Amino acid sequence: MNGEPLVRWDWLFAHLGPIADRVVQHLYLAAIAVGIGFAISFALAALSIRRRRLFPLISILATGVYAIPSFALFAALVAVTGLSVLTAEIPLVLYTLVLFVPNIVAGFDAVPGDVLEAADGLGYTAGERWWRVELPLAVPLVVAGLRLATVSTIGLVTVSAILGNSLGGLGYYILDGYHRHFTTEILVGGLLSIGLAALADLGCVLLQRLLTPWAAARVAVR
Amino acid sequence: MTKRYDAASGMPGAVNDLSFEVPAGAICVLVGPSGCGKTTSLKMVNRLIEPSAGQILLDGVDVGTENVTALRRRIGYVIQQVGLFPHLTVERNVAVVPGLVGWSRERQRTRSRDLLSMVGLDPDRYADRYPSQLSGGERQRVGVARALAADPSLMLMDEPFAAVDPIVRERLQDEFLRVQRQLAKTILFVTHDVDEAIKMGDLIAVLEDGGRLAQFGPPDEILARPASEFVARFVGQDRGLKRLSLRTVADLKVEPIGHADELPAFLSSTTLRDALSILLAADTRGGIALDEAGLPRGLVTVDAIASALADDAQIDTART
Amino acid sequence: MDVFSATAQWLADPMHWQSANGIPARLFEHVALSAVSLILSGCVAMPLGLWIGHTGRFSWLVVSSANAWRALPSFALIGLLVPFTTVIDPNLGFTLYPTLIAMIVLAGPPVLVNAYQGVAGVDRDLVEAARAMGMRERQVLLGLEIPIALPVLATGVRSAAVQVIATATLGATFGFGGLGRFIVLGDANQDNGELFGGVVLVAALALLTQALFTLLERRLVSPGLATHTAG
Repeated sequence: MNGEPLVRWDWLFAHLGPIADRVVQHLYLAAIAVGIGFAISFALAALSIRRRRLFPLISILATGVYAIPSFALFAALVAVTGLSVLTAEIPLVLYTLVLFVPNIVAGFDAVPGDVLEAADGLGYTAGERWWRVELPLAVPLVVAGLRLATVSTIGLVTVSAILGNSLGGLGYYILDGYHRHFTTEILVGGLLSIGLAALADLGCVLLQRLLTPWAAARVAVR
Repeated sequence: MTKRYDAASGMPGAVNDLSFEVPAGAICVLVGPSGCGKTTSLKMVNRLIEPSAGQILLDGVDVGTENVTALRRRIGYVIQQVGLFPHLTVERNVAVVPGLVGWSRERQRTRSRDLLSMVGLDPDRYADRYPSQLSGGERQRVGVARALAADPSLMLMDEPFAAVDPIVRERLQDEFLRVQRQLAKTILFVTHDVDEAIKMGDLIAVLEDGGRLAQFGPPDEILARPASEFVARFVGQDRGLKRLSLRTVADLKVEPIGHADELPAFLSSTTLRDALSILLAADTRGGIALDEAGLPRGLVTVDAIASALADDAQIDTART
Repeated sequence: MDVFSATAQWLADPMHWQSANGIPARLFEHVALSAVSLILSGCVAMPLGLWIGHTGRFSWLVVSSANAWRALPSFALIGLLVPFTTVIDPNLGFTLYPTLIAMIVLAGPPVLVNAYQGVAGVDRDLVEAARAMGMRERQVLLGLEIPIALPVLATGVRSAAVQVIATATLGATFGFGGLGRFIVLGDANQDNGELFGGVVLVAALALLTQALFTLLERRLVSPGLATHTAG
């Protein structure tokens, strides 16, 4: 842009510190949202499993919230909660719900009925059965939900840059670079955000492999 | 050590006035058409279903009075689809109940490996595999091993061999009977297959619709003297032949052989039913019965087999 | 005055419904460009997904595009496009093109993935039976696989539509028009009425789109298929 070289390396190396801070901020905002979102979603999922009739209602609400563009939600909350981490976190948490809840519910639904019956018959108490049989077997789908939510949240953190210079993680560089017609800044913000998201995706895949050693042993001997 | 059964279930008409007693070390088979309440009856023993009336006494103690979890941990339970835990290795699956009652890891491992050998699975090959890597027959064996792990006094088995093909099923039945000869557990076995009932059972309880007991007794009695039209129809018109499969050539009285032309020879363990079948196909005057050592004992004929059914006096030794 | 009355007043003001930058104009801009993006993207993604699902070839394309789409924040995508689109046209490349291209790109994977999954998910026995009856490949695809796959296809289009509307809204930060513009201007001018007016309009459009496509989904599915569309 404007006849400048594509990347201004000198700027980049001069700003490594602030960039690193932004990366940390980015991860921090994402982690809080995913953590709180997971906790809330787990509770909602447990509720949905116990009261099946609530599940469609919860689904519709979550889907509805998800449909509303993040930009609008962030902007709307500014008036209510001001320019703060809370303002950024509320939409981020809400957006994780529609990704977590169906996956958690599906995870528990996927536990085969004969396994549950065998567990009861062998003498597991209800608590032991939940903790040692249902939960481990629900993990694959739950982690799939975690993967979606984490990657999506890292993407959405960039949007929080509209809330002001103090927020937004790497999104700050994207927006600032845009307004200043400064390509290097845009590239830093954009590419690093994508990089973070891709790394998180990979991390979740590895986590899943770690937590479900039995899924890797897929050779069925006939 | 006995188990007495005296129950009615909560579901209307599912089980009604079922009452019988099973001595220690015996296999009692609950058999009947679909929906007759046999599975319901079984599940009332470990209280997966609670009876609405009556008692089930295990060694004289009502199972309803005991803590249900403790009860289940001392009863072995095997179901048709097995229900092996996909996320645990075979060794860990077998060790589930010992783990629940607090055995040391060492003891669990040893016990697990011993049981796998007992059911015919080489522990070195199978212990660290996951259920998804096993065939249907192998899974069933692990299921049985798992039920035996904590050395229960009573085993409940709900159509355990129904989900595999007939060849595998026969092998599993034979191996199970072999294990039972060693362990002498008290077993309640549910099946809808009357042939399996006859083969596996020391005692058979025939149930009809509504969970009513139609007849209770040893297999031979059920076949020889069905108590009702229903039982007669259920065991089949060929019950005479079925009775023949309960006895072997060793039980038959023999005649002198005479000249030994090309006559078929029968091991002492050959069932009368198979012997009859071979004789009818061979169309000879008889066959040569061999003793345990393989030496000829004498001639057996179709007539001898036929009278074995009609007249109990033909039987040399009483079948145990 | 408080937020609600300010918003209500802003929305009620007839001036806002007339001018060239008024609500209808922005709405039209938003919807028209969204529709164009969806159609352009869909015309490529849908047939491609159907073909990959039917033949089973190049399925890696679907998987990697799904992964890439998930990991690609729209905010970053629009921003990253700017340096390149401004080379094409300094003016439109700074406002219209980046967002528009992002909209087209991001609409693709939901349609592609769902088209693939929908067709690939049809019971293989049915497909084999159809072939055995003498149906040609094209007939199998059109007459059997697509009708059965319709619910899944429709969900994909719905996801894409919601995605496109959201991206267009976001684009306002980068100079795009559409309803998002009101939010940006309201923020710049400290005009709560305008800001929240924009928020209300955007939310309404998004929810309406979601509802409309869901309805369409229900209509398109044959009564013979006992389906519950996965949200």
